[in-house]
Amino acid sequence: MTAFEQGPLRSSTLHDARGVGARVDLDRLARVFGQTRALDGFSISIEPGEFVALLGPSGCGKTTALRVLAGFERLDGGRVSVDGQDLANVSAQKRDMGMVFQSYSLFPNMNALNNVAYGLRMRRQRSHQRKKKAAELLELVGLADQSSKYPHQMSGGQQQRVALARALAIEPRVLLLDEPLSALDAKVRAELRDQIRSLQQRLSITTVFVTHDQEEALSMADRVCVMSRGHNEQTATPSVLYARPATPFVAEFVGVSSRVPVERAGNEVIVFGQQCPVRGVDAFGMLEAIDALLRPEDISIEVNPAGKGFVTHRSFLGATTRMVVQVGEISVRVDVRSEVAADIELGTHVEVKVISRDVLIAPRQLDKVPVPV
Amino acid sequence: MAPFTIYTILGLGIPTLAVIELAFRTEHGQLTFGNMSAVSQGTYRLGFENSILLATITSVIPGILGLFLAYAIQTSRSGLLRRLVATASGVLANFGGINLTFIFIATLGSTGVLTAWLNYIRLNPWHYGFNLYSFFGVVIVYMYFQIPLMVLVITPALGGLRPSWREAAENLGASSLSYWRTVGVPVLLPSVLGGMLLLFGSGFAAYATADTLTAGTVTLAPIQIGEVLNGNVISGEEHIGYAIGFGMLIVLSITMIFYGLVRRRASKWLR
Amino acid sequence: MASMIPEIAIEETQGDIPQLTGDPQSRRRPRLRYWRGVVLFLAGVYFLIPLYAGLRFSFQNDAGQFSFYAVEAIPSQTGFTAAFFLSLRLAAVTTVLTMVLMVPTATYVHLKLPKMRRVLDFVTILPIVIPPIVLILGILDAAPRWLKASPYLLSLVYVILALPFVYRSLDSGLTAIDLKTLVEASRSLGGRWISTLWHVILPNLRAAMLSATVLTIALVLGEFTMASLDLWTTLPVWIYQFSQLDAHIATAVSMLSLIGTWVLLTVIVSVDRSQSRRTRRRTGIL
Repeated sequence: MTAFEQGPLRSSTLHDARGVGARVDLDRLARVFGQTRALDGFSISIEPGEFVALLGPSGCGKTTALRVLAGFERLDGGRVSVDGQDLANVSAQKRDMGMVFQSYSLFPNMNALNNVAYGLRMRRQRSHQRKKKAAELLELVGLADQSSKYPHQMSGGQQQRVALARALAIEPRVLLLDEPLSALDAKVRAELRDQIRSLQQRLSITTVFVTHDQEEALSMADRVCVMSRGHNEQTATPSVLYARPATPFVAEFVGVSSRVPVERAGNEVIVFGQQCPVRGVDAFGMLEAIDALLRPEDISIEVNPAGKGFVTHRSFLGATTRMVVQVGEISVRVDVRSEVAADIELGTHVEVKVISRDVLIAPRQLDKVPVPV
Repeated sequence: MAPFTIYTILGLGIPTLAVIELAFRTEHGQLTFGNMSAVSQGTYRLGFENSILLATITSVIPGILGLFLAYAIQTSRSGLLRRLVATASGVLANFGGINLTFIFIATLGSTGVLTAWLNYIRLNPWHYGFNLYSFFGVVIVYMYFQIPLMVLVITPALGGLRPSWREAAENLGASSLSYWRTVGVPVLLPSVLGGMLLLFGSGFAAYATADTLTAGTVTLAPIQIGEVLNGNVISGEEHIGYAIGFGMLIVLSITMIFYGLVRRRASKWLR
Repeated sequence: MASMIPEIAIEETQGDIPQLTGDPQSRRRPRLRYWRGVVLFLAGVYFLIPLYAGLRFSFQNDAGQFSFYAVEAIPSQTGFTAAFFLSLRLAAVTTVLTMVLMVPTATYVHLKLPKMRRVLDFVTILPIVIPPIVLILGILDAAPRWLKASPYLLSLVYVILALPFVYRSLDSGLTAIDLKTLVEASRSLGGRWISTLWHVILPNLRAAMLSATVLTIALVLGEFTMASLDLWTTLPVWIYQFSQLDAHIATAVSMLSLIGTWVLLTVIVSVDRSQSRRTRRRTGIL
């Protein structure tokens, strides 16, 4: 059993680290590279001790935002402040933030212990002291027996744990993680995910975690900030993000949804012949041409020879089966319990029903995008 | 496979064995250590010492200069510059010995172009005791292919210095100097040493440039071999040449063994 | 001449993909940029001045005036034509021998005996340990008299000198085209060994063979050590001997030879790059 699974922290030196998280404010950050605006007025406030994930497709600016916070990128506009202090003139060395990089960031000429102790060495701690602290941290991440190993002798997962220990050794105000799990294989990724999260919670360090993997973001973070093209699309807790996406981008990026053109009926819309209320505030009240964004669990199908839709694809996902149903020109994805789905063949005619209590709407998209299964 | 093996044995193996064997024989065919002992004294010993000194100087100095030059190029934003230098290094490192001799005579000879310019500003090196056709002159000329050689060898190692190490160090509070001291230099050291060893071998074994530049006036081991082959040697000492050759083989073998060891260390860290 | 070490160095260069390109640090460190400029400037001065001096000397007469006489006089000088054509002949023979020896060997080793690759890598290091000056010593003793009477002894030895980089060139060419798969495809479609070699392997190796050829020619045309001690007047030997008579003409030939080598090497680099581009495109489609 690793230190992760044990109860209260055994290390006394890390006790002081509890509740040490700082408040982070990013205010209208702007960063331009040549013709591209990597950050375009990006703002977010992070509470002390909070774990925020920056989620988005590649090129959305999430890594740039992290690097600006760390001090590795200049700002062309906006303000970075930690605990109220503007960091504009503070160099990366002096920012007191621990960063974990995507891969290969351990110093190859030092063993694990010396890697972890590096930050303390830079802070001129005495050798005995820093080796002791480094050993404690290695134990915390479950690698006490690897302390004399060199990076090239360790697996990817082990290296990232050492990198994490190294970042934590300096007791940073903010912990920054730049897609630390992307280079690892699936099983290791899942284990490390839990370990990082539980460690963060015990130490209450403010954490910013960059990822393009929504499963990671949704499962680890207190709040998720979905980014696109250099700005903040929506920042909310995972459940709110999933259930109440604020913009069509978020709705389609987080989770899976299908677009269905609908008609208005007063304050409601007509989807597959049913009248449904609109979710949240109707921001598109003026528009006539709108689509509904339906998640696979928002709808259900019933086998009906007279039904207007028919099944074109099925993918077995385990407990549920994802089926693609063609209704007229539209394709929708719907999740069906696998025992039920087993009897539904391709080509079967079905009736589609909306079962959620309201639907999310968005401006109609005119170009037909084929539905990936 | 067979033709290749045969060819290599014939072309490389047999001559080498011949040299080794003949180093220990008199010209009457008797086994002797006389050649070897003759080589370790007097003018031949001087030849080895000079060659080793030459090789050391032209591996350390161009090694360091080449490192700086390679770093300057790597950190340049101009892709054109990098490609240009890569080709140039390849060409310069391959310079035929005599061509180099001539362009340097044209530059720093007593009537050379650079000499003339320096003369104009009263800094003519020849007036201060400089002699291109001396040991020092050979050092200057050797740099012309040793520096590009170092650039060629060290560039991939520099490329293996991941930016994330630099950033991680900075993030943990290291200044530029601290980074180089604790991470950069230690990681590069095996490759730099490897490069210098390669340069050592190159500087030690080179013949053409030294011979054509100094016309045999500077005592260097390869040149002494040349003298023996040209017949400019005391009768009865013909086999000295083989002994010198054998000595050179030993020096170069040791060099390459160290080179192999150093390279293995470098590849472990810079993967 | 710096022997075969440059070729080994090139091998180390070509294997790797540089990570540190356009260091972002320099955007934030103006001091680095300043030093970089200084270093590059000094390097430029050191390397370009001798080239300039060589060119200028080639176009001067003894009075120091600008003149074409040296260049014009080249073909008519005693022994030039003989030396030049001797070098060319040696180059041709060496190239043919090397190709005939190495192409099948490299292919065979690549396909059937991957373990031998380590042995071959070691063999290609040997020419550094056994430099030309020592090798000629042994050759002159060990070679039979009838062989020593012919200049083509040099060709035979030059093959050994050329081995390292010819092998490496062919090997990387073979790796780039994924030889094993191609051969298996050809054999499975019914091709016999000879036709596979002729129709599949050789065409794909064209670029590698070209670059190996060019390097071999450059080697032979520039080799001085062995030729002078074997007492054959190849082009480099002629240049040295002639320099006693007229330094300008000798320098002019030398510069021409240099420029020629540079042109050849540039050819390799562009052929090399266009082949890797073609291969990338091809494998991209696959």
